[in-house]
Amino acid sequence: MIFLTVGTQEPFDRLVRAVDQWAATATMPVFGQLGALTPASYRPAHMEWAEFLPARLYEEKVAACRLMVAHAGMGSIISALTAMKPLLMLPRRASLGEHRNEHQLATAEKFAGRPGLHVAADERELPALLDRLLAAPEAPEAALSATASPELIAAVRRFILG
Amino acid sequence: MSGSPRVLAVASAGGHWIQLLRLAPAWDGCEVAYATTSADFRDHVARLAASRGQPAPGYHVLTDANRWQKLRLLRQAVEVLLLLLRLRPDVIVTTGASVGYFAIRFGRLLGARTLWLDSIANAKELSLSGARAGPIAHLWLTQWPELARPGGPRYEGQVL
Repeated sequence: MIFLTVGTQEPFDRLVRAVDQWAATATMPVFGQLGALTPASYRPAHMEWAEFLPARLYEEKVAACRLMVAHAGMGSIISALTAMKPLLMLPRRASLGEHRNEHQLATAEKFAGRPGLHVAADERELPALLDRLLAAPEAPEAALSATASPELIAAVRRFILG
Repeated sequence: MSGSPRVLAVASAGGHWIQLLRLAPAWDGCEVAYATTSADFRDHVARLAASRGQPAPGYHVLTDANRWQKLRLLRQAVEVLLLLLRLRPDVIVTTGASVGYFAIRFGRLLGARTLWLDSIANAKELSLSGARAGPIAHLWLTQWPELARPGGPRYEGQVL
């Protein structure tokens, strides 16, 4: 199963439509968490989906999937790295009204190339990348530790203890 | 300050919240309350605390709001203020976004010490809320060394 997630705040039609069109001819099933849709939002025809998954179900989908497909959000990136799942990201673009600013482009640029993390420059690149990553999954090499870097934790603790 | 300060760890649900929880060892031994915009993670923070041998933390749910929802933002601000008046935290730690901004803004007025950790998502420039909250926080951190500057945020490491 492919788990598609675009966060919970805003829809991301460009990504959902591209994955849905790919799913129309693919044998691999897709499940999508599509965020809070508006009446005008794209509603996929070739996958199961929900607007919002409770935390436990979300974790189950991440654990069960073969590939995650997501916007370039930190929640998705950290989930994939923690579960050691390959992740294909399409960054949201503020210029297309998909976010407040272009930080997802920066995030994608910073994280692209880490083992297991893959970026599609635009929706036209998605189908070929989906096929390639399913044929040869490239997952993160080691699970992310459960906590922040020791230096950061020490700095926060020093501040808390005054 | 006594050996066990009251800490409020606050962030909106989603990526900000996941980053906040990765800092949890920093407040071991403190009297901890969490606040976020979803009721969904109450069990998770209780399990997280238990796994570190810590007592069950407080958990408080705030109204969720995005950039379009001005009325909900107002309601969120009032809820944050009321929560701070009730909990009277010594220290506030936040990773964003608007709930964190409100917590720092009101927390300072109430005498709390405040920490803003800018999201690791902001790799090229600081977030809008970070640019507003950071300068008024007692400690302002970025997760990218190239964004650190004198009079601005410091770099002390990443949540990854």
